[in-house]
Amino acid sequence: MLELLGITAGYEPGAPVVRGASVTVAPGESVGLLGPSGCGKSTLARVAALLHRPDAGTVTIDGTRATGWRHRAPKARRTAIGVVFQQPRLAADPRLRLTDLIAEPLRAGGRRAEVTGRVGELARTVGLTDDLLGRRPHEVSDGQLQRACLARALVLRPRWLVCDEMTAMLDASTTAALVTVVEEYRRAEGAGLLAVGHDRVLLERWCDRTVRWTEIAEAV
Amino acid sequence: MADTTTLTAPKAADDGARWRSRGRSRRSTRTVRAVTSAVIVAAVALAVLIVPPVAQLDQQAVDLALKLQPPSLDHPFGTDDVGRDLLLRCVYGLRVSLLVGLVAALVATVIGTAVGAAAAAFGGWTDRIVMRLVDTFSSVPHLLLGIFIVAMFRPGVWPVIVSVALTHWLSTARIVRSEVLSLRSRPYVDAAVSGGSSRWRITVRHLLPGVLPQAGLAAVLMVPHAMWHESALSFLGLGLPSHQASLGNLVQTARGSLLAGDWWPTLFPGLFLIVPTLAIAGLAGVWRERINPRRRSELML
Repeated sequence: MLELLGITAGYEPGAPVVRGASVTVAPGESVGLLGPSGCGKSTLARVAALLHRPDAGTVTIDGTRATGWRHRAPKARRTAIGVVFQQPRLAADPRLRLTDLIAEPLRAGGRRAEVTGRVGELARTVGLTDDLLGRRPHEVSDGQLQRACLARALVLRPRWLVCDEMTAMLDASTTAALVTVVEEYRRAEGAGLLAVGHDRVLLERWCDRTVRWTEIAEAV
Repeated sequence: MADTTTLTAPKAADDGARWRSRGRSRRSTRTVRAVTSAVIVAAVALAVLIVPPVAQLDQQAVDLALKLQPPSLDHPFGTDDVGRDLLLRCVYGLRVSLLVGLVAALVATVIGTAVGAAAAAFGGWTDRIVMRLVDTFSSVPHLLLGIFIVAMFRPGVWPVIVSVALTHWLSTARIVRSEVLSLRSRPYVDAAVSGGSSRWRITVRHLLPGVLPQAGLAAVLMVPHAMWHESALSFLGLGLPSHQASLGNLVQTARGSLLAGDWWPTLFPGLFLIVPTLAIAGLAGVWRERINPRRRSELML
Protein backbone atom coordinates (compact mmCIF):
# COMPACT_ATOMS: atom_id res chain seq x y z
CA MET A 1 0.00 0.00 0.00
CA LEU A 2 1.34 3.45 -0.97
CA GLU A 3 -0.64 5.87 1.10
CA LEU A 4 -0.39 9.66 1.16
CA LEU A 5 -2.52 11.23 3.86
CA GLY A 6 -3.18 14.93 4.39
CA ILE A 7 -0.02 16.06 2.60
CA THR A 8 0.77 19.75 2.81
CA ALA A 9 3.93 20.67 0.98
CA GLY A 10 5.62 23.67 -0.55
CA TYR A 11 8.96 25.27 -1.24
CA GLU A 12 8.75 28.29 1.02
CA PRO A 13 7.63 28.37 4.63
CA GLY A 14 4.04 29.49 5.01
CA ALA A 15 3.20 29.19 1.30
CA PRO A 16 2.26 25.58 0.52
CA VAL A 17 1.55 24.59 -3.07
CA VAL A 18 -0.25 21.40 -2.00
CA ARG A 19 -2.67 21.40 0.92
CA GLY A 20 -4.28 18.38 2.56
CA ALA A 21 -3.86 15.98 -0.37
CA SER A 22 -4.59 12.27 0.11
CA VAL A 23 -4.09 9.43 -2.38
CA THR A 24 -3.95 5.68 -1.88
CA VAL A 25 -2.50 3.16 -4.31
CA ALA A 26 -3.07 -0.53 -3.62
CA PRO A 27 -0.41 -3.10 -4.64
CA GLY A 28 -0.73 -3.85 -8.33
CA GLU A 29 -3.20 -1.04 -8.84
CA SER A 30 -2.71 1.88 -11.20
CA VAL A 31 -4.05 5.27 -10.19
CA GLY A 32 -4.18 8.25 -12.51
CA LEU A 33 -4.03 11.69 -10.95
CA LEU A 34 -5.53 14.39 -13.15
CA GLY A 35 -4.92 18.04 -12.57
CA PRO A 36 -4.41 21.30 -14.41
CA SER A 37 -0.98 22.75 -14.94
CA GLY A 38 0.59 24.31 -11.87
CA CYS A 39 -1.77 22.79 -9.30
CA GLY A 40 1.00 21.02 -7.37
CA LYS A 41 0.69 17.49 -8.68
CA SER A 42 4.39 17.22 -9.47
CA THR A 43 5.16 18.28 -5.91
CA LEU A 44 2.84 15.56 -4.63
CA ALA A 45 4.61 13.06 -6.90
CA ARG A 46 7.97 14.15 -5.43
CA VAL A 47 6.59 13.67 -1.92
CA ALA A 48 5.33 10.20 -2.86
CA ALA A 49 8.80 9.31 -4.17
CA LEU A 50 10.40 10.52 -0.89
CA LEU A 51 12.19 13.32 -2.75
CA HIS A 52 10.54 16.26 -1.01
CA ARG A 53 9.76 16.57 2.68
CA PRO A 54 6.14 17.64 3.25
CA ASP A 55 5.30 20.25 5.87
CA ALA A 56 2.49 18.08 7.22
CA GLY A 57 0.89 14.72 6.52
CA THR A 58 2.13 11.16 6.38
CA VAL A 59 3.43 8.87 3.67
CA THR A 60 3.05 5.16 4.35
CA ILE A 61 4.79 2.63 2.15
CA ASP A 62 4.00 -1.07 2.56
CA GLY A 63 2.74 -0.45 6.09
CA THR A 64 5.75 1.55 7.33
CA ARG A 65 5.45 5.23 7.86
CA ALA A 66 8.19 7.24 6.12
CA THR A 67 10.17 9.39 8.54
CA GLY A 68 13.07 10.57 6.37
CA TRP A 69 13.19 12.10 2.96
CA ARG A 70 15.87 12.23 0.26
CA HIS A 71 19.15 10.98 1.74
CA ARG A 72 17.62 10.47 5.16
CA ALA A 73 15.29 7.82 3.81
CA PRO A 74 16.79 4.31 4.00
CA LYS A 75 18.27 3.23 0.68
CA ALA A 76 15.94 0.24 0.34
CA ARG A 77 12.90 2.47 0.88
CA ARG A 78 14.05 5.01 -1.72
CA THR A 79 14.78 2.40 -4.35
CA ALA A 80 11.42 0.69 -3.80
CA ILE A 81 9.88 3.60 -5.71
CA GLY A 82 10.86 4.18 -9.33
CA VAL A 83 10.37 7.71 -10.64
CA VAL A 84 10.06 8.95 -14.21
CA PHE A 85 10.20 12.71 -14.58
CA GLN A 86 8.46 15.00 -17.01
CA GLN A 87 11.49 16.41 -18.81
CA PRO A 88 14.03 13.77 -19.77
CA ARG A 89 16.58 16.49 -20.72
CA LEU A 90 16.75 17.72 -17.15
CA ALA A 91 16.43 14.28 -15.60
CA ALA A 92 19.53 12.90 -17.33
CA ASP A 93 23.08 13.83 -16.38
CA PRO A 94 24.45 15.32 -19.63
CA ARG A 95 27.84 13.66 -19.05
CA LEU A 96 26.68 10.04 -18.89
CA ARG A 97 26.17 7.78 -21.88
CA LEU A 98 22.76 6.13 -21.96
CA THR A 99 24.24 2.81 -20.79
CA ASP A 100 25.76 4.46 -17.73
CA LEU A 101 22.55 6.41 -17.17
CA ILE A 102 20.54 3.18 -16.98
CA ALA A 103 23.20 1.33 -14.98
CA GLU A 104 23.75 4.14 -12.44
CA PRO A 105 21.27 2.83 -9.80
CA LEU A 106 22.84 -0.67 -10.02
CA ARG A 107 26.33 0.77 -9.56
CA ALA A 108 25.18 2.98 -6.68
CA GLY A 109 23.83 -0.14 -4.99
CA GLY A 110 27.08 -2.04 -5.52
CA ARG A 111 25.55 -4.50 -7.97
CA ARG A 112 28.06 -4.07 -10.79
CA ALA A 113 27.93 -7.73 -11.75
CA GLU A 114 24.35 -7.41 -13.00
CA VAL A 115 25.00 -4.30 -15.11
CA THR A 116 25.63 -5.89 -18.54
CA GLY A 117 22.76 -8.33 -18.40
CA ARG A 118 20.15 -6.05 -16.89
CA VAL A 119 20.96 -3.03 -19.09
CA GLY A 120 20.81 -5.13 -22.26
CA GLU A 121 17.52 -6.69 -21.21
CA LEU A 122 15.93 -3.34 -20.35
CA ALA A 123 17.25 -1.67 -23.50
CA ARG A 124 15.45 -4.34 -25.54
CA THR A 125 12.29 -3.86 -23.47
CA VAL A 126 12.12 -0.09 -23.93
CA GLY A 127 13.36 -0.24 -27.52
CA LEU A 128 16.85 1.27 -27.46
CA THR A 129 19.42 -0.01 -29.94
CA ASP A 130 23.07 -0.62 -29.07
CA ASP A 131 24.03 2.40 -31.14
CA LEU A 132 21.80 4.65 -29.03
CA LEU A 133 23.13 3.19 -25.78
CA GLY A 134 26.60 4.49 -26.57
CA ARG A 135 25.43 8.06 -27.10
CA ARG A 136 25.17 10.94 -24.66
CA PRO A 137 21.85 12.68 -23.89
CA HIS A 138 22.39 15.58 -26.32
CA GLU A 139 22.81 13.11 -29.18
CA VAL A 140 19.39 11.46 -28.83
CA SER A 141 15.82 12.72 -29.16
CA ASP A 142 13.50 13.46 -26.24
CA GLY A 143 11.57 10.25 -26.84
CA GLN A 144 14.71 8.11 -26.87
CA LEU A 145 15.99 9.83 -23.74
CA GLN A 146 12.68 9.28 -21.95
CA ARG A 147 12.92 5.58 -22.87
CA ALA A 148 16.32 5.50 -21.17
CA CYS A 149 14.92 7.33 -18.13
CA LEU A 150 12.11 4.77 -17.89
CA ALA A 151 14.68 1.97 -18.11
CA ARG A 152 16.64 3.63 -15.27
CA ALA A 153 13.48 3.77 -13.14
CA LEU A 154 12.82 0.05 -13.75
CA VAL A 155 16.40 -1.20 -13.35
CA LEU A 156 16.10 -1.93 -9.62
CA ARG A 157 12.67 -3.62 -10.02
CA PRO A 158 10.75 -1.14 -7.82
CA ARG A 159 7.48 -2.23 -6.20
CA TRP A 160 6.01 1.21 -6.90
CA LEU A 161 6.22 3.50 -9.91
CA VAL A 162 5.62 7.23 -9.92
CA CYS A 163 5.27 8.67 -13.43
CA ASP A 164 5.22 12.45 -13.28
CA GLU A 165 3.77 13.54 -16.66
CA MET A 166 5.99 10.93 -18.25
CA THR A 167 4.56 11.40 -21.75
CA ALA A 168 3.73 15.10 -21.74
CA MET A 169 6.44 16.02 -24.26
CA LEU A 170 6.22 12.98 -26.53
CA ASP A 171 4.35 12.01 -29.69
CA ALA A 172 1.53 9.47 -29.72
CA SER A 173 3.53 6.44 -30.84
CA THR A 174 6.29 6.94 -28.25
CA THR A 175 3.61 7.53 -25.60
CA ALA A 176 1.95 4.24 -26.53
CA ALA A 177 5.28 2.40 -26.48
CA LEU A 178 6.24 3.75 -23.04
CA VAL A 179 2.82 3.01 -21.56
CA THR A 180 3.06 -0.54 -22.93
CA VAL A 181 6.46 -0.99 -21.29
CA VAL A 182 5.12 0.23 -17.95
CA GLU A 183 2.07 -2.03 -18.19
CA GLU A 184 4.17 -5.07 -19.11
CA TYR A 185 6.47 -4.42 -16.19
CA ARG A 186 3.51 -4.07 -13.83
CA ARG A 187 1.98 -7.33 -15.05
CA ALA A 188 5.28 -9.14 -14.56
CA GLU A 189 6.21 -7.68 -11.16
CA GLY A 190 2.82 -6.68 -9.75
CA ALA A 191 3.95 -3.12 -9.10
CA GLY A 192 1.60 -0.30 -8.19
CA LEU A 193 1.54 2.87 -10.29
CA LEU A 194 0.80 6.52 -9.57
CA ALA A 195 0.55 8.27 -12.93
CA VAL A 196 0.33 12.05 -12.77
CA GLY A 197 -0.82 14.03 -15.78
CA HIS A 198 -3.27 16.40 -17.37
CA ASP A 199 -4.24 14.21 -20.33
CA ARG A 200 -7.63 12.81 -19.29
CA VAL A 201 -8.08 10.50 -22.30
CA LEU A 202 -4.68 8.89 -21.81
CA LEU A 203 -4.98 8.40 -18.06
CA GLU A 204 -8.50 6.97 -18.30
CA ARG A 205 -7.36 4.43 -20.90
CA TRP A 206 -4.16 3.63 -18.99
CA CYS A 207 -5.15 3.43 -15.33
CA ASP A 208 -7.53 1.30 -13.28
CA ARG A 209 -9.03 4.43 -11.77
CA THR A 210 -8.43 8.14 -12.10
CA VAL A 211 -8.87 10.80 -9.47
CA ARG A 212 -9.16 14.50 -10.02
CA TRP A 213 -6.98 16.95 -8.17
CA THR A 214 -10.03 18.79 -6.79
CA GLU A 215 -11.31 15.52 -5.24
CA ILE A 216 -8.14 14.71 -3.29
CA ALA A 217 -6.73 18.08 -2.26
CA GLU A 218 -8.01 21.23 -0.63
CA ALA A 219 -7.80 24.45 -2.56
CA VAL A 220 -4.62 26.34 -1.71
CA MET B 1 30.56 48.25 -67.22
CA ALA B 2 32.07 48.49 -63.82
CA ASP B 3 28.72 49.64 -62.46
CA THR B 4 26.81 46.69 -63.87
CA THR B 5 29.18 44.14 -62.43
CA THR B 6 28.96 45.61 -58.96
CA LEU B 7 25.18 45.70 -59.20
CA THR B 8 24.72 42.17 -60.48
CA ALA B 9 27.11 40.48 -58.12
CA PRO B 10 24.95 40.78 -54.96
CA LYS B 11 21.88 39.88 -57.01
CA ALA B 12 23.41 36.59 -58.04
CA ALA B 13 24.09 35.83 -54.40
CA ASP B 14 20.45 36.58 -53.55
CA ASP B 15 19.25 34.22 -56.23
CA GLY B 16 21.24 31.45 -54.63
CA ALA B 17 19.10 32.15 -51.51
CA ARG B 18 22.16 32.37 -49.35
CA TRP B 19 21.41 32.94 -45.71
CA ARG B 20 22.86 36.11 -44.29
CA SER B 21 23.09 37.02 -40.64
CA ARG B 22 21.10 40.11 -39.71
CA GLY B 23 23.13 40.51 -36.54
CA ARG B 24 26.04 42.80 -35.86
CA SER B 25 28.39 42.96 -38.80
CA ARG B 26 31.35 44.00 -36.68
CA ARG B 27 33.65 41.05 -36.28
CA SER B 28 34.63 39.99 -32.81
CA THR B 29 38.24 40.45 -31.79
CA ARG B 30 38.16 37.09 -30.05
CA THR B 31 40.46 35.31 -32.47
CA VAL B 32 43.00 38.11 -32.29
CA ARG B 33 42.87 38.13 -28.51
CA ALA B 34 43.15 34.37 -28.29
CA VAL B 35 46.09 34.14 -30.68
CA THR B 36 47.97 37.05 -29.11
CA SER B 37 47.48 35.67 -25.60
CA ALA B 38 48.47 32.16 -26.65
CA VAL B 39 51.63 33.39 -28.37
CA ILE B 40 52.70 35.45 -25.36
CA VAL B 41 51.98 32.63 -22.91
CA ALA B 42 53.91 30.18 -25.11
CA ALA B 43 56.84 32.60 -25.39
CA VAL B 44 56.88 33.11 -21.61
CA ALA B 45 56.72 29.38 -20.94
CA LEU B 46 59.59 28.72 -23.38
CA ALA B 47 61.65 31.56 -21.91
CA VAL B 48 61.38 30.45 -18.30
CA LEU B 49 61.83 26.77 -19.12
CA ILE B 50 64.64 26.94 -21.69
CA VAL B 51 66.74 30.03 -20.94
CA PRO B 52 68.10 29.09 -17.50
CA PRO B 53 69.40 25.58 -18.42
CA VAL B 54 70.54 26.49 -21.95
CA ALA B 55 72.08 29.94 -21.52
CA GLN B 56 74.28 28.91 -18.55
CA LEU B 57 74.74 32.54 -17.56
CA ASP B 58 75.07 33.68 -13.97
CA GLN B 59 72.21 35.99 -13.15
CA GLN B 60 74.10 37.17 -10.05
CA ALA B 61 77.30 38.08 -11.98
CA VAL B 62 78.25 41.52 -10.66
CA ASP B 63 80.19 43.92 -12.90
CA LEU B 64 80.49 47.27 -11.17
CA ALA B 65 82.16 48.81 -14.23
CA LEU B 66 78.89 48.35 -16.14
CA LYS B 67 76.49 49.56 -13.49
CA LEU B 68 73.24 51.25 -14.62
CA GLN B 69 73.93 50.95 -18.34
CA PRO B 70 70.93 51.92 -20.47
CA PRO B 71 69.53 49.30 -22.87
CA SER B 72 72.06 48.41 -25.59
CA LEU B 73 72.82 45.48 -27.88
CA ASP B 74 74.91 43.73 -25.20
CA HIS B 75 72.31 44.22 -22.51
CA PRO B 76 68.88 44.61 -24.23
CA PHE B 77 67.21 45.63 -20.97
CA GLY B 78 70.22 47.47 -19.54
CA THR B 79 71.97 46.69 -16.26
CA ASP B 80 71.04 47.33 -12.65
CA ASP B 81 72.90 49.29 -9.97
CA VAL B 82 75.56 46.60 -9.48
CA GLY B 83 75.94 45.82 -13.18
CA ARG B 84 73.82 42.66 -13.42
CA ASP B 85 72.09 41.97 -16.75
CA LEU B 86 68.42 42.90 -16.35
CA LEU B 87 67.05 40.65 -19.11
CA LEU B 88 68.47 37.59 -17.40
CA ARG B 89 67.29 38.78 -13.97
CA CYS B 90 63.81 39.39 -15.38
CA VAL B 91 63.59 35.88 -16.85
CA TYR B 92 64.70 34.38 -13.53
CA GLY B 93 62.26 36.61 -11.68
CA LEU B 94 59.42 35.59 -13.96
CA ARG B 95 60.36 31.97 -13.37
CA VAL B 96 59.96 32.34 -9.62
CA SER B 97 56.77 34.38 -9.95
CA LEU B 98 55.21 31.85 -12.33
CA LEU B 99 56.16 28.97 -10.03
CA VAL B 100 54.54 30.71 -7.08
CA GLY B 101 51.52 31.66 -9.18
CA LEU B 102 50.91 28.18 -10.58
CA VAL B 103 51.44 26.23 -7.37
CA ALA B 104 49.48 28.67 -5.23
CA ALA B 105 46.60 28.77 -7.73
CA LEU B 106 46.51 24.97 -7.85
CA VAL B 107 46.48 24.63 -4.06
CA ALA B 108 43.92 27.42 -3.67
CA THR B 109 41.62 25.81 -6.25
CA VAL B 110 41.81 22.40 -4.61
CA ILE B 111 41.03 23.86 -1.17
CA GLY B 112 38.30 26.11 -2.56
CA THR B 113 36.63 23.35 -4.54
CA ALA B 114 36.69 20.95 -1.60
CA VAL B 115 35.29 23.51 0.86
CA GLY B 116 32.68 24.89 -1.55
CA ALA B 117 31.48 21.48 -2.67
CA ALA B 118 31.31 20.22 0.92
CA ALA B 119 29.36 23.29 2.08
CA ALA B 120 26.84 22.98 -0.73
CA ALA B 121 26.54 19.19 -0.58
CA PHE B 122 25.87 19.09 3.17
CA GLY B 123 23.75 22.23 3.22
CA GLY B 124 21.92 23.43 6.31
CA TRP B 125 24.03 24.43 9.29
CA THR B 126 27.32 23.17 7.85
CA ASP B 127 26.79 25.42 4.84
CA ARG B 128 25.91 28.43 6.97
CA ILE B 129 28.85 28.07 9.35
CA VAL B 130 31.40 27.41 6.59
CA MET B 131 30.23 30.30 4.44
CA ARG B 132 30.21 32.72 7.40
CA LEU B 133 33.81 31.62 8.08
CA VAL B 134 34.64 32.36 4.44
CA ASP B 135 33.00 35.79 4.80
CA THR B 136 35.03 36.46 7.94
CA PHE B 137 38.28 35.55 6.22
CA SER B 138 37.51 37.61 3.14
CA SER B 139 36.65 40.65 5.25
CA VAL B 140 40.34 40.86 6.18
CA PRO B 141 42.33 42.38 3.27
CA HIS B 142 44.23 39.69 1.36
CA LEU B 143 47.58 41.43 1.66
CA LEU B 144 47.26 41.89 5.42
CA LEU B 145 46.39 38.23 5.91
CA GLY B 146 49.20 37.23 3.56
CA ILE B 147 51.73 39.34 5.48
CA PHE B 148 50.56 37.76 8.72
CA ILE B 149 51.13 34.25 7.34
CA VAL B 150 54.51 35.10 5.76
CA ALA B 151 55.69 36.68 8.99
CA MET B 152 55.36 33.36 10.79
CA PHE B 153 58.06 31.71 8.63
CA ARG B 154 61.63 32.33 7.51
CA PRO B 155 61.72 34.11 4.08
CA GLY B 156 61.66 31.78 1.09
CA VAL B 157 59.53 30.55 -1.79
CA TRP B 158 57.34 28.14 0.15
CA PRO B 159 56.03 30.53 2.82
CA VAL B 160 55.00 32.86 -0.01
CA ILE B 161 53.18 30.03 -1.77
CA VAL B 162 51.42 29.04 1.44
CA SER B 163 50.45 32.62 2.12
CA VAL B 164 49.06 33.21 -1.37
CA ALA B 165 47.23 29.86 -1.45
CA LEU B 166 45.64 30.32 1.97
CA THR B 167 44.33 33.79 1.10
CA HIS B 168 42.98 33.01 -2.35
CA TRP B 169 40.76 29.94 -2.00
CA LEU B 170 37.81 31.97 -0.73
CA SER B 171 36.48 33.16 -4.09
CA THR B 172 36.80 29.68 -5.59
CA ALA B 173 34.87 28.25 -2.64
CA ARG B 174 32.05 30.74 -3.30
CA ILE B 175 31.95 30.03 -7.04
CA VAL B 176 31.95 26.26 -6.53
CA ARG B 177 29.32 26.43 -3.81
CA SER B 178 26.89 28.42 -5.92
CA GLU B 179 27.44 26.16 -8.93
CA VAL B 180 26.87 23.05 -6.82
CA LEU B 181 23.72 24.56 -5.29
CA SER B 182 22.36 25.21 -8.77
CA LEU B 183 23.24 21.69 -9.97
CA ARG B 184 21.85 20.09 -6.82
CA SER B 185 18.30 21.19 -7.56
CA ARG B 186 18.25 19.58 -11.03
CA PRO B 187 15.95 16.61 -11.57
CA TYR B 188 18.83 14.30 -12.45
CA VAL B 189 20.06 14.63 -8.88
CA ASP B 190 16.54 13.72 -7.71
CA ALA B 191 16.72 10.71 -10.00
CA ALA B 192 20.07 9.71 -8.48
CA VAL B 193 18.68 10.05 -4.95
CA SER B 194 15.73 7.91 -5.94
CA GLY B 195 18.13 5.36 -7.43
CA GLY B 196 19.81 4.96 -4.05
CA SER B 197 22.98 7.03 -4.56
CA SER B 198 24.68 8.24 -1.39
CA ARG B 199 25.57 11.90 -0.82
CA TRP B 200 29.20 11.11 -1.55
CA ARG B 201 28.40 9.33 -4.79
CA ILE B 202 26.20 12.17 -6.03
CA THR B 203 28.91 14.71 -5.21
CA VAL B 204 31.65 12.77 -6.96
CA ARG B 205 29.65 11.43 -9.89
CA HIS B 206 27.28 14.26 -10.75
CA LEU B 207 28.19 17.50 -8.98
CA LEU B 208 32.00 17.75 -9.17
CA PRO B 209 32.26 16.96 -12.91
CA GLY B 210 29.63 19.65 -13.43
CA VAL B 211 31.61 22.35 -11.63
CA LEU B 212 35.07 21.43 -12.92
CA PRO B 213 34.96 23.80 -15.93
CA GLN B 214 34.09 26.71 -13.64
CA ALA B 215 36.65 25.69 -11.04
CA GLY B 216 39.30 25.32 -13.75
CA LEU B 217 38.50 28.78 -15.03
CA ALA B 218 38.76 30.19 -11.52
CA ALA B 219 42.12 28.45 -11.18
CA VAL B 220 43.50 30.00 -14.36
CA LEU B 221 42.27 33.46 -13.38
CA MET B 222 43.92 32.86 -10.00
CA VAL B 223 47.40 32.54 -11.55
CA PRO B 224 47.77 36.27 -12.44
CA HIS B 225 46.24 37.19 -9.11
CA ALA B 226 48.73 35.01 -7.24
CA MET B 227 51.65 36.42 -9.25
CA TRP B 228 50.67 39.97 -8.38
CA HIS B 229 50.28 39.00 -4.76
CA GLU B 230 53.73 37.43 -4.69
CA SER B 231 55.25 40.52 -6.29
CA ALA B 232 53.48 42.75 -3.79
CA LEU B 233 54.86 40.72 -0.87
CA SER B 234 58.37 40.77 -2.35
CA PHE B 235 58.10 44.48 -3.05
CA LEU B 236 57.30 45.06 0.59
CA GLY B 237 60.38 43.05 1.48
CA LEU B 238 58.35 40.25 3.08
CA GLY B 239 58.44 37.70 0.30
CA LEU B 240 61.52 36.18 -1.23
CA PRO B 241 64.99 37.00 0.15
CA SER B 242 66.16 40.18 -1.59
CA HIS B 243 69.19 38.64 -3.35
CA GLN B 244 66.91 36.18 -5.17
CA ALA B 245 65.53 37.60 -8.41
CA SER B 246 61.78 37.98 -8.31
CA LEU B 247 59.78 40.61 -10.15
CA GLY B 248 58.75 42.30 -6.92
CA ASN B 249 62.34 42.33 -5.64
CA LEU B 250 63.62 43.75 -8.92
CA VAL B 251 61.18 46.67 -8.81
CA GLN B 252 61.92 47.21 -5.12
CA THR B 253 65.72 47.40 -5.52
CA ALA B 254 65.43 49.62 -8.60
CA ARG B 255 63.25 52.19 -6.86
CA GLY B 256 66.27 54.29 -5.82
CA SER B 257 67.69 54.60 -9.32
CA LEU B 258 64.29 55.56 -10.71
CA LEU B 259 64.55 58.84 -8.79
CA ALA B 260 67.86 59.48 -10.54
CA GLY B 261 66.15 59.19 -13.92
CA ASP B 262 67.15 55.59 -14.77
CA TRP B 263 63.85 54.18 -16.00
CA TRP B 264 64.85 50.75 -17.30
CA PRO B 265 65.42 48.82 -14.06
CA THR B 266 61.78 49.42 -13.01
CA LEU B 267 60.06 49.46 -16.40
CA PHE B 268 61.15 46.03 -17.67
CA PRO B 269 60.34 43.98 -14.54
CA GLY B 270 57.01 45.82 -14.42
CA LEU B 271 56.25 44.88 -18.03
CA PHE B 272 57.32 41.30 -17.32
CA LEU B 273 54.72 41.21 -14.58
CA ILE B 274 51.89 42.89 -16.47
CA VAL B 275 52.13 41.44 -19.99
CA PRO B 276 52.21 37.70 -19.13
CA THR B 277 49.45 38.07 -16.52
CA LEU B 278 47.24 39.89 -19.03
CA ALA B 279 47.95 37.15 -21.57
CA ILE B 280 46.96 34.44 -19.10
CA ALA B 281 43.80 36.35 -18.20
CA GLY B 282 43.05 36.79 -21.91
CA LEU B 283 43.25 33.04 -22.49
CA ALA B 284 40.98 32.47 -19.50
CA GLY B 285 38.52 35.01 -20.93
CA VAL B 286 38.36 33.13 -24.23
CA TRP B 287 37.78 29.89 -22.34
CA ARG B 288 35.00 31.50 -20.34
CA GLU B 289 33.27 32.65 -23.51
CA ARG B 290 33.47 29.10 -24.74
CA ILE B 291 31.90 27.45 -21.70
CA ASN B 292 29.39 30.22 -21.12
CA PRO B 293 28.83 32.12 -24.38
CA ARG B 294 25.81 34.04 -23.16
CA ARG B 295 27.80 35.98 -20.62
CA ARG B 296 30.22 38.49 -22.06
CA SER B 297 33.71 37.82 -20.94
CA GLU B 298 35.20 40.26 -18.51
CA LEU B 299 38.59 40.19 -16.93
CA MET B 300 38.43 39.52 -13.24
CA LEU B 301 41.78 40.17 -11.68
